[in-house]
Amino acid sequence: MTTTTVDSHTADDAHEDHGPPKGIRRWLFSTNHKDIGTMYLIFSLTMFFIGGAMAMYIRAELAIPGLQFRHPEFFNSMTTMHALIMVFGAVMPAFVGLANWMIPLQIGAPDMALPRMNNWSFWILPVAFGILLSTLFMPGGAPAGGWTMYPPLILQTGDAFPFLIFAVHLMGLSSIMGAINVVVTIINMRAPDMTLLKMPMFTWTWLITAYLLIAVMPVLAGAVTMLLTDQFFGTSFFLAAGGGDPVMFQHIFWFFGHPEVYIMILPAFGVVSEIIPTFSRKKLFGHDSMVYAASSIAFLSFIVWAHHMFTVGMPLTGQLFFMFATMLIAVPTGVKVFNWVATMWRGAMTFETPMLFSLAFVFLFTIGGFSGLMLAIAPADVQYHDTYFVVAHFHYVLVPGSVFAIMAGAYYWLPKWTGYYYNETLGKIHFWMSTIFVNVTFFPQHFLGLAGMPRRIPDYSVQFADFNFISSIGAFGFGLSQLIFVLVLLTAKKGVEADDRVWEGAHGLEWTVPSPAPWHTFTTPPKNRIAAEAFE
Amino acid sequence: MATHTDEHYYVPHGSHWPAVGSLGLLFMMVGVSAWLNGAEPGFYIMLAGMAVIVFMITGWFREVIIESQSGIYNEQVDRSFRQGMFWFIFSEVMFFAAFFGALFYARNMSIPWLGGDSNNFFTNLILWQGYESTWPSNGPANMGGDYDAMPPMGLPLINTALLLTSSITVTIAHHALIAGKRAQLAVFLAATFILGFIFIGLQAYEYVHAYQDLNLKLTSGIYGSTFFMLTGFHGLHVTIGAIMLTIIFLRVLKGHFTAENHFAFEAVAWYWHFVDVVWIGLYVFVYWL
Repeated sequence: MTTTTVDSHTADDAHEDHGPPKGIRRWLFSTNHKDIGTMYLIFSLTMFFIGGAMAMYIRAELAIPGLQFRHPEFFNSMTTMHALIMVFGAVMPAFVGLANWMIPLQIGAPDMALPRMNNWSFWILPVAFGILLSTLFMPGGAPAGGWTMYPPLILQTGDAFPFLIFAVHLMGLSSIMGAINVVVTIINMRAPDMTLLKMPMFTWTWLITAYLLIAVMPVLAGAVTMLLTDQFFGTSFFLAAGGGDPVMFQHIFWFFGHPEVYIMILPAFGVVSEIIPTFSRKKLFGHDSMVYAASSIAFLSFIVWAHHMFTVGMPLTGQLFFMFATMLIAVPTGVKVFNWVATMWRGAMTFETPMLFSLAFVFLFTIGGFSGLMLAIAPADVQYHDTYFVVAHFHYVLVPGSVFAIMAGAYYWLPKWTGYYYNETLGKIHFWMSTIFVNVTFFPQHFLGLAGMPRRIPDYSVQFADFNFISSIGAFGFGLSQLIFVLVLLTAKKGVEADDRVWEGAHGLEWTVPSPAPWHTFTTPPKNRIAAEAFE
Repeated sequence: MATHTDEHYYVPHGSHWPAVGSLGLLFMMVGVSAWLNGAEPGFYIMLAGMAVIVFMITGWFREVIIESQSGIYNEQVDRSFRQGMFWFIFSEVMFFAAFFGALFYARNMSIPWLGGDSNNFFTNLILWQGYESTWPSNGPANMGGDYDAMPPMGLPLINTALLLTSSITVTIAHHALIAGKRAQLAVFLAATFILGFIFIGLQAYEYVHAYQDLNLKLTSGIYGSTFFMLTGFHGLHVTIGAIMLTIIFLRVLKGHFTAENHFAFEAVAWYWHFVDVVWIGLYVFVYWL
């Protein structure tokens, strides 16, 4: 036994004494959480621009009434693909990338618990999105039935249909493996004296998110499998003639879809809960209540799904239950917003780019939350349903919500990744441009929706023209602003060298390792360093 | 096992197997999609992809088994594997939950509604006139023609007995492993996967019987859909489980596993109990009630 142990150690090319392998092998065969995290983040940024280009097409088409460019089906393809790419390709992989980079550093682990599976989780994504994007060039065009894939409409997709289904399967496979890795890493790899309630909030929210992912991604896989068999093998899941029901798809889909919403926002809560204490130079107010609030949100997310379907035809008791359950989510969410504000109360605040993005997150996500409350009211939702009000609502929670938090996290941890401070001026320009334009884009959409403009429509009545034009200008401005972020990344190593702590008020294990974080960190468990890292 | 665990964490070296797996998935998914769209070569591309995946699984597990046998894994790695397997099984449970959800929805919502229940009086009066809701049902359009439902007694009951027995034999095998009784371990493990393969054989026979004698098909409305999709995915999992048990059996014959270190054995045993529990749900809700 002993001799073989020695042998396998010498064969161990990722041993802590060695540097990374050269060339493509480093990335393709990687078992290093930092490299895999970097790949996730770059992939996510690429998808952000591809999905963003589709959004630009959508806003160009909608800038003025009438049909501007290609046929309406292509517009529908663009809305469908924009959503699928942004949800599964941009936001989720970005958070997984942040998790890969930061969770092992935050809990004092050498790597993720299952590093090879970690590699596979990532390398499935290019396959999945390669398949999805290839549908753009297929007979019948890319899927155009909406990202929710409701039957029977989605069954009219051309050759793209099976490719869509299997691409979704692959995304699910990747997410499940990634989530299992996160759970096991957090439960099993924490530093010896880091008890659960001493965990940083980003790690906490990701633990809860990972549970949600493991629970609901297989349900989505089941739902799209039923679509596939209905289309090709003659089953009747969503066919009333055979005793099934198209509405059943909506129930199964949203049983996945609503927790999915929280999958995209809980890690954002975590990022913001890291940043606000740092730049307020105060401990996070109510750490434990934040944990309980996030857990409550996760639990409630399983019992609110039918609020996406108030107009589809549902028993009255169902409508009432889902209405009240949905409104209940405002309570733990309110706890979180209150705690962020209380953290800043009488803090010695400074406003570097990560803090600016976090502050904007608190304000603008809350607007999205309020419009969500409006939509939760079943009788009112009959008016709002499928209008631009819904589009405004979920873009407020996803863009100045999730995306801003990702940006905040990227700026916050960038000096830890690269070893240099990014260009603060560029960062601030990026922030202000993004914040102004995101509001110019999405705020008028509330008015459009309340005035009755339906979503997923390439043309509209002339009374909607002014607000649509404003919204399109905002969208182009927001799109261009994101190029500043690319500039920030390209100049990331040109700035001042960062010390280990990076930010004056930063606390946590990730700030005790050098900047840039070496290829291997915490090869031995950090002992008795948790308490020293606590505030005061 | 705690020889070098206190000082150093274990991090595995890089591996090309995930990349091979991704390549296999690419071929398999593109192939099956093209095939479903009516492109004949797609079928062979799919087969090639599946072959790559089988190659990947074999190679990846081989590497892990060799590493495990050489003793480089520590207790923490063992715990990671265990927890990973547990959550993988939980994700599988949720996959089945989607199909059970469809079954319950059809039985309690869509079928009664098509029959005019709740506020759906006009659905029944205008859209599907005179349809009386019953279960099992192939829907108001009598999809797939008249059929007979699968009776719960007979074959399914025998299958239930087989699977429940196999869950007991695998537990006996586990106790034998801990007690160091290698012969008993091998015998009961063999009994387990043999019971599993008999189950699969009977299930195949049941399908032939359903198609030939009962006119019960995948296309027999919502009953046929839920029946074949649930039992089919379960059968697939039994097959995977039985193959894994066979591999474990061969490893036992090679002298692998000790009383303290036998994660692979336990993982497969858990998986086997999982397919057993799903079957009980199937037997009660698909066959019996």
